[in-house]
Amino acid sequence: MKRKSLVSINDFSREEHIRILDLAGAFEKRPRQRILEDYVVATLFFEPSTRTRLSFESAATHLGARVIGFSDSASSSVQKGESLRDTILTVSNYADIIVIRHPKEGSARFASEVSKVPVINAGDGANQHPTQTLLDMYSIRKTQETLDNLNVAFVGDLKFGRTVHSLVMALCNYNTTFHLVSPTELKLPSSVKIHIKERNLSYYQYADLQEVIPKIDILYMTRIQKERFSDPIEYEKVKNSYVLRNVMLEGAKSNLKILHPLPRVNEIMTDVDDNPKAYYFTQALNGVFVRQALLASILGVVE
Amino acid sequence: MEKEDLRKELKVSAIENGTVIDHIPTQSVFQVIKILNLSEYQNQLLIGTNLESRKMGKKGIIKVSNKYFKSDEINKIALVAASATLIIIKKFQVTEKKKVEIPENVEKIVKCFNPNCITNHEDVPTRFTVIDKSELKLRCHYCEKITARSNISFL
Repeated sequence: MKRKSLVSINDFSREEHIRILDLAGAFEKRPRQRILEDYVVATLFFEPSTRTRLSFESAATHLGARVIGFSDSASSSVQKGESLRDTILTVSNYADIIVIRHPKEGSARFASEVSKVPVINAGDGANQHPTQTLLDMYSIRKTQETLDNLNVAFVGDLKFGRTVHSLVMALCNYNTTFHLVSPTELKLPSSVKIHIKERNLSYYQYADLQEVIPKIDILYMTRIQKERFSDPIEYEKVKNSYVLRNVMLEGAKSNLKILHPLPRVNEIMTDVDDNPKAYYFTQALNGVFVRQALLASILGVVE
Repeated sequence: MEKEDLRKELKVSAIENGTVIDHIPTQSVFQVIKILNLSEYQNQLLIGTNLESRKMGKKGIIKVSNKYFKSDEINKIALVAASATLIIIKKFQVTEKKKVEIPENVEKIVKCFNPNCITNHEDVPTRFTVIDKSELKLRCHYCEKITARSNISFL
């Protein structure tokens, strides 16, 4: 994986995904290793994303790397009208690897083609967020001790949620059975379903969250945003149907874990937080280990 | 039979040198003209639509004098008129006949329909992979969204 950019989850093979997850496991055991002391990591955040940026910077700093960059485009030369191409060309003179977050879809792919150094996509508009996908996979494997043959439910906004799209695509490599729970307006788009169909995997669609809970190993919750609805009345009708409450988990399998890419608003009631099935905060911590694994392997410091 | 064919051909008169684009779906003729920018063409241009065709029922034909098309222009035609045949004419003689083909990759000629795609905001040449030739679905190399026949537009 040395010098290979990570733009889309499909840029890495199944074997490469597993390699990253194994490496992340090693960093979880020993998170502080000064193996990147000679390296500079640039974090270019053209739109703010505090959580993702801090996670990358924490990962880099734990490994001894120096971090340069900006946290939103207001404090960069974009404000002066500089093109993305010029920004990337310039920064690739200063850094050994570039982490980019950008509001336009395809920006990370373009950056990886312009850049002299490898690029990690930390989110390009509604398109891809592969490091989130890898940390989701890490969390699933860690809690279930396998990625194979699981029943995974995705709940909420399946139409616009890019974390859902990337994770569905990634899990298609592991004989997953998909349970898709969403309002009609926010169903999984056919461009994503095509990947499930290509692999001849099963998927089931539901409008009711309670119904799916006894059947699944992983419950992946997402936020439903009001502005996604063309009709506000439709939003009012469905908004409470996709809220997880602790009582709903009574019939669940013992191995069930609840994931959420965060931030959460009200789709998981706080009474769930103390349930041992709640895994979303640990999931966020796992992101640091996965990003350590990516930085170290792409920079070629570990094999 | 031969006589009948001859009469049909003569509905749009012959050209001395140039390209005949034959077997255009009749509803796509004006699209082909637009894509190839032929409305600005300064030489002789002969256009026929709703012509009888044994193969297609109805077809369109465009005869462009003194013009031989480059391959990227041919690709453009294939995206709206996959059935089209190109016939190269030199001194009233057919010197070459070829079918246009939808390519595996489409570069620089189609606009990505996703308004939030980087190619619509920066000076980035567009690139698509053709994922479905019969339905004509193009996946953007950058934003990964699919531009389909109904929302295709040309740069």
